[in-house]
Amino acid sequence: MSGKPDFQIPLEPERYELSAPPAYRFEVDRREFFKFLGAGILIVGVLKNAHALQESGAVRRTDESLPKEIGAWLHLGENSVVTVYTGKVEVGQNIRTSLSQCVAEELHVPVNRIQMVMGDTQLTPFDMGTFGSRTTPTMSPQLRKVAAAARDLLIGLAAAEWQTDRKRLVAVDGRVTDPGTKRSLEYAVLVKGQQLTQTISTEEPLIPATQWTVQGQSLPKVDGRDFVTGKHRYPSDQKLPEMLHGKILRPTSFGATLVSIDTHEAEQIPGVTVVRDGNFVGVVAPNAEIASRAVAAIRAKWKAEPQPSNKELFEYLKKNATAGKDPTGDASRYEAGSVEKAQASADHRLQQTYTVSYIAHAPLEPRAALAQWSGDNLTVWTGTQRPFGVRSELAEAFRIPEESVRVLMPDTGSGYGGKHTGEAAIEAARLARTAKRPVKLVWTREEAFTWAYFRPAGVIEVSSGLRGDGTIAAWEFHNYNSGAAGIRTYYDIANQRIEFHPSRSPLRQGSYRALAATANHFARESFMDELAHLVNMDPLEFRLKNLKNERLRAVFEAAAKKFGWGQAKAASHGFGMGGGFEKAGNIATCAEVAVDRKSGEVKVLRVLSAFECGAIVNPDNLRNQIEGSNIMGLGGALFEAIEFENGRVLNGRFSSYRVPRFSDVPTIETVLLDRKDIPSAGAGECPMVGLAPAIGNAIFDATGVRLRSLPMVPKGLKAA
Amino acid sequence: MAQVTKLNVNGSSCTIDADADSSLLSVLRDQLDLTGSKYGCGEGQCGACTVLIDGSPRRSCITPVGLVGQKQITTIEGLAQGDRLHPLQEAFLKEAAMQCAYCTSGMIMTAVSLLRVNPNPSAADISHSMEGNICRCGTHPRIVAAIQRAAKTMNRSMKESGQ
Repeated sequence: MSGKPDFQIPLEPERYELSAPPAYRFEVDRREFFKFLGAGILIVGVLKNAHALQESGAVRRTDESLPKEIGAWLHLGENSVVTVYTGKVEVGQNIRTSLSQCVAEELHVPVNRIQMVMGDTQLTPFDMGTFGSRTTPTMSPQLRKVAAAARDLLIGLAAAEWQTDRKRLVAVDGRVTDPGTKRSLEYAVLVKGQQLTQTISTEEPLIPATQWTVQGQSLPKVDGRDFVTGKHRYPSDQKLPEMLHGKILRPTSFGATLVSIDTHEAEQIPGVTVVRDGNFVGVVAPNAEIASRAVAAIRAKWKAEPQPSNKELFEYLKKNATAGKDPTGDASRYEAGSVEKAQASADHRLQQTYTVSYIAHAPLEPRAALAQWSGDNLTVWTGTQRPFGVRSELAEAFRIPEESVRVLMPDTGSGYGGKHTGEAAIEAARLARTAKRPVKLVWTREEAFTWAYFRPAGVIEVSSGLRGDGTIAAWEFHNYNSGAAGIRTYYDIANQRIEFHPSRSPLRQGSYRALAATANHFARESFMDELAHLVNMDPLEFRLKNLKNERLRAVFEAAAKKFGWGQAKAASHGFGMGGGFEKAGNIATCAEVAVDRKSGEVKVLRVLSAFECGAIVNPDNLRNQIEGSNIMGLGGALFEAIEFENGRVLNGRFSSYRVPRFSDVPTIETVLLDRKDIPSAGAGECPMVGLAPAIGNAIFDATGVRLRSLPMVPKGLKAA
Repeated sequence: MAQVTKLNVNGSSCTIDADADSSLLSVLRDQLDLTGSKYGCGEGQCGACTVLIDGSPRRSCITPVGLVGQKQITTIEGLAQGDRLHPLQEAFLKEAAMQCAYCTSGMIMTAVSLLRVNPNPSAADISHSMEGNICRCGTHPRIVAAIQRAAKTMNRSMKESGQ
């Protein structure tokens, strides 16, 4: 690599569970579309570059069919309703609202006229999934272009109607108006009886952020009322007539195979059917409680190989590291200059090892699915961040074509990267096939803790050489197993070696909000603090001395200023900072902690984050995401860790796996830097990465104790 | 096994057919189609299933329906009066005190009971009372602000109505 870090970081595919997007066959042609939606205008947005194609499948083209590589489409009907179709899904990040704002802005319609159809594999264009903070940078511009094209088409219709120059006309508030003559027509009137389709593939000029009136505003959640009244139906709330409830018999440990089974007693329970298919054993019953009782009545013997425990985890990961590449082919090794030469001539040298544990996403809604067969056609409602991926999994599991599978994703009780796979969907569908009735399956909390997947654990080794003036001359960074996201340093260092080493993971691992960027930032930003102390420099000054990137400098400076960096504090208190660049956002977080050396209690009192992700689409929702990242991040920073032994999770319940609660939450402040000159980036992940190092560095400031393992204080700060 | 055939929910007497040891949560959700109360843990640790029984917050996931008898059950669906939202529901919207909102019903029901007992809670009081409710999205500060906002609204309307 060149000495200069490349900040154009491409989409990092989820490393563990994603396969290439399947070929997509579009089933509804243009005429059918109007039959389905009613008259009006239909705007189809076509993706044009290879990068975007990564997130979109191809559509087979026939005469009347819609074009290939559709990113999103929009229909404006005679009833004034704008229906927008996107494969992205809502898991609490509030994109139903922010995407509505984008469309409202460009189309000049009130937000309440917009209806978003999301994550329905039959109705929406193919989408790889909702992850990687991709919705705002990729889907927003697509929808804005589609909406802008619709607006232009409407202006054209009005110009034809009035036989006037379209340049005289403006679109405002759902109408096209001629300011000269004061003539005006509602969109609904303009599209009456029309069946117009327009395909756009060129760059539609979009309204610049400086002129936004709908975007940039703190619009509340568009369907918030449905949530505060309990009316919204999450995946686990879905129902169908004649529906049965399913439950799966789980193996006694990971990787176990069935040796023998006796289902006689379970089958005697009225209404119960046992389904067995190889290692798959499940039951259906009239309700979930009977299903549980039936599973409990099954006597099964399982056989499994011995497996490592969390006690030997980090040695295991290092011992089993492979020289291989990242499974997705992501660049996992960077080299610049000569680390050896720079180290040899350095005035100060330091080497440290950091570790991170496996943690669970624990979205409050567990995995859930409702499956229904109609002949060989399968429909599944499920909570997933990858409805099209789950469709592929189902097609593969049942050896049926993807066209025979429809996956619908009702707005779901969160995911955080933990709902990429379709196990619950496959299980419900398998049971429903035998039952010949719809089957709903909702994982218990214990199942969710055990049979989903975990954020990867990892070992990170860092070494560096400094010149006497605090310039970092050499930087070597090795991550074992946790991942390559955020592995590169944004500090300006001439001599670098950075490498990701895959390993054999004892537990099934996968995506987690911010992926490995949390681990890599923890190691990097903690180590930066250690280096600053090595040369007796203030940690902020030390960072700025080695940092040229203006956007990142700006957030560090803004955070420090608002936080009161360098100001006096109580004796038992400490200040710390951490920050970085991830998913095109820039974060700097400062934390104040209080440590009681007698009891070992560590209390995070105050967290302040400065964040910049380009032009802000919805300031309050952005704050909500940043606050949420910091609060969720407290768990992994302080006390969350999966304990496991011989293929079993030992703490897979909320009574034994501690997540942040009200009393853990510090005062949280947020400083937003709005860069209207920079395209908007996503914000669901980046804000998380500054927190753990900020807390660790604050604990060091308070006590002189350096903590290098996440979680840092699962049992309080031990006497050191 | 003893059967339960009647429950008082949201001011109505409802006919059900459940084993006495069935959880109140499953009866509400599966038999009465009141799905606003959520399953989150099944061990009374997360608060997503919270309902009021004679005004007190109870974890419906660990409450056998047979123990409820003829007490009055209030769920999230019973909080608004017609189209008029409860001040807590309004306040949760105003403060945007939710992301995925799966915890919201349980948060609101717990808060209803808190404000009944303590109409002017401090932030610390709220934090203490809400400790048993988990929000994984991390909207805690907004939930505290929403409860304080609702407290103000409710106290003001109490004064206005001369109570």
